[in-house]
Amino acid sequence: MTDERAALAALLRSADAASALARAIRDLAEGLGTVRLMEVCGTHTVAIRRSGLPSLLPESIELLSGPGCPVCVTPDEDIDRAIAMAGLDGVCLCTFGDMLRVPGSSGSLERARASGADVRVVYSPLDAVALARRSPERQVIFAGVGFETTAPTVAAAVRSAAGLTNFSVLAAHKLVPPALEALVAREDFSVHGFLMPGHVSTIIGSDAYSPVARQHGVPCVVAGFEPGDILLAIWMLLRQMRDGRAEVEVEYRSAVRPEGNLRALELMGSVYEPVDSTWRGLGAIPASGLGLRASQAAFDARLRHPVEVAPSKGRPGCRCGEVLVGALRPDGCALFGRSCTPATPIGPCMVSSEGSCAAYYRYSR
Amino acid sequence: MCLAIPMRVIEKQGEIGKVEQGGVVREVSFALMPDVACGDHVLVHAGFAIERLEAAEAAETLALLRELMAAGEQEAGGD
Repeated sequence: MTDERAALAALLRSADAASALARAIRDLAEGLGTVRLMEVCGTHTVAIRRSGLPSLLPESIELLSGPGCPVCVTPDEDIDRAIAMAGLDGVCLCTFGDMLRVPGSSGSLERARASGADVRVVYSPLDAVALARRSPERQVIFAGVGFETTAPTVAAAVRSAAGLTNFSVLAAHKLVPPALEALVAREDFSVHGFLMPGHVSTIIGSDAYSPVARQHGVPCVVAGFEPGDILLAIWMLLRQMRDGRAEVEVEYRSAVRPEGNLRALELMGSVYEPVDSTWRGLGAIPASGLGLRASQAAFDARLRHPVEVAPSKGRPGCRCGEVLVGALRPDGCALFGRSCTPATPIGPCMVSSEGSCAAYYRYSR
Repeated sequence: MCLAIPMRVIEKQGEIGKVEQGGVVREVSFALMPDVACGDHVLVHAGFAIERLEAAEAAETLALLRELMAAGEQEAGGD
């Protein structure tokens, strides 16, 4: 393969590009004082920490992780609901692997499985539909967690399940732009620029962040996932700051259009509608989640398999909520690295491999 | 969770087909990206092609990156 994509991908992974970008970033940073940049994507969190990228940056640039890890921002009540459904007679609960170990207010799906519940990890929501087709005696529930990247795949699975009476979805999806707008409106918000999530943006399009840039004056750059992508995006953010601009720019141009994937958005909109949703760390945000439309009631696990879930009491000492909004660095939490480690996690940010506490523990201590 | 892998389309029959990368072949749904053709590169997430990767747009990022690298070399030479 000799086209521009391959040439770009190779260059973005090269040490030459990384050192040239680090130099360009240092040049720009000199006149800017302290710069706090936030990434809002668990895959970016891992890419940044694993590559040791912060060590290439001047000390005046601080990289923070925002609410970009879907399982981390999912509140206890939603995890508890999935666990309760998994315990119902005749139910098989399917989910992505990331969800398995995430703690609810007591226990996790992994523990429920160890106690005999039928909990299965699937690669695609279509696998859950296929399982429902093969197992008419089971009620298959897919736990629909994730951002806009994932929601259209679940919507497509619901559409493909037409006629099945033993498949339903526990919708717990979250929408990124409303959460960012809630974040920038907070009094303690002190971030100078956002690295926006590359794959969420392939679906929703870069225009979705216009309110954050235009109304709130925060520069935004949609970034790809190679270390060079992230460095180039940081350089683009600093260039906006130097020029006194606050716009949405796209570094990950091969995959992200201003309007997004219209087909995926249309399908998502035909199955789901925006609903008020609670985020760990940010609280309740209007129209920041997705629920199944009334026309899809036959596939709505909340209606088909109602369960009672008690309000969560929280976890004493766990400060994931503050970590998720960039108000606290993972190592600022008293539990970090002591009672809370990837082997014995207490909060969701340490459980998920994409959580900022887990990434920080593995790569940045 | 939003991980997506660039893969090449090698087979397509309606909404279903196959993609390949480094010898790994996967079945995918094109329900979210119906207008791709064999030979196209797509991002694959959770069993679905979610976007086509465009060479022309990659070329623009490539040009910017090369410009920055050339500027760095000049500066380094002048130090």
